[in-house]
Amino acid sequence: MIDYWLEWMPLLWKGTVSTAQVTVLSAALALLLAALTGICRLSKFRLIRGLALVYVLTFRGIALLVLLFWIYYVLPYMNIELSKTMAAVLALGLNYGAFGSEIVRSSILAVPQGQWEAARALNMTPAQRMFRIIFPQALIRMIPPFNNLMIELLKASSLLFFIGMTDLVYQADVLRGLYLQQSTQLYATLLVIYFILASMISYSARLLERKLSAGRL
Amino acid sequence: MIWSWEYAWSVLPLLLDVIGTTLLATLFGFLIACTFGMVLAVLGRSRFRVIRWTVNGFIEFVRNTPLLVQLFFLFYALPLSLGISMSAFTTGVIGLGLHYSTYLAEVYRSGINGVEKGQWEAARALNFSKQRTWTRIILPQAIPPILPIMGNYLIVVFKETPLLAAITVMEMLSRAKNIVSRDWRPTEPYTLVGILFLVISLLLAALVSLLEYKMAQRQSK
Repeated sequence: MIDYWLEWMPLLWKGTVSTAQVTVLSAALALLLAALTGICRLSKFRLIRGLALVYVLTFRGIALLVLLFWIYYVLPYMNIELSKTMAAVLALGLNYGAFGSEIVRSSILAVPQGQWEAARALNMTPAQRMFRIIFPQALIRMIPPFNNLMIELLKASSLLFFIGMTDLVYQADVLRGLYLQQSTQLYATLLVIYFILASMISYSARLLERKLSAGRL
Repeated sequence: MIWSWEYAWSVLPLLLDVIGTTLLATLFGFLIACTFGMVLAVLGRSRFRVIRWTVNGFIEFVRNTPLLVQLFFLFYALPLSLGISMSAFTTGVIGLGLHYSTYLAEVYRSGINGVEKGQWEAARALNFSKQRTWTRIILPQAIPPILPIMGNYLIVVFKETPLLAAITVMEMLSRAKNIVSRDWRPTEPYTLVGILFLVISLLLAALVSLLEYKMAQRQSK
């Protein structure tokens, strides 16, 4: 068993790095889109609200794998050629940004009304009110749901195997061809690696939560 | 942009031909998830620590690992290690069901926790058996409020069915892939699959919000 692990290590490590890389990049794009469209959903302009809603409904409704295929295989025919990593990050970011958008919106709405009123009473501009008062408080509420979302994103990154990204699943598939009889150990190892990666996300979310809520009631 | 309506129309019937597989996988996967999720939720409240610990460990592990890898495990590893071999479709449906049972277990748990403590005490006071308490008192009150959330998971399961393509199930996306490798025109097949998924999931979402509305109405009566 240990022998096999030692033989698999180099490839699985390469896969882990690739999976982690794509997950982090897509997470960054998803968080950015989520914050942007989540705030836009609360805009007083109907057009901006509408556009943000269309984004959320569209990208939540399309299956991620279909979106991925579309971006990777169809866009080149419209002269938009993306590398595998770029296509992957775009698909994951757009999809999970739409889910995150709802988290941002509901967390902002959950900030007590008195905070909005107090900010207005202090004559703050709408931008000041949002970014100095409301958003920092909403941020703490967002951490647990975003923790779940990021784990979902990590899991979804396994789908990049379908467009031939050399991620964990891909490397395991290569190894399966060489070690057919050890498929059980191989895929069990793969599951454990993903579980460890997910635990790392949860752990950092807990750290962040503790840090952000320090000094608050 | 190259888009030919003529070609799109010729492809559509081929895709609709396998829409049944997608829908059946969704339905069976969801039913397994609902049933097994209930078992997990009830066992998760067991008096025995070993059972609680096992169930919660199982939920944590399955929730935190990708469905795709679980499908590979079921499809490639189980036949080797246990000698169980199932058709790709059955494996896929069981994989989907097991994966989402852990999500539904959490949903049931929140529903069960929402039932007032007095209901348990009243059932005990009336000398109801454990089984009767669950089936007659607790679950009938725990389930209705969570029906819309369960509906959302139906949509999630639906959107996960293309993963079954990885273990050779012929559903809409794998059919589209075949068409693309035959004709070398990816635009129409993949766009159509995208639209079909979007339309069906929006339809399901509309049904869920209707259900939510009906439930809210019933509650206010």
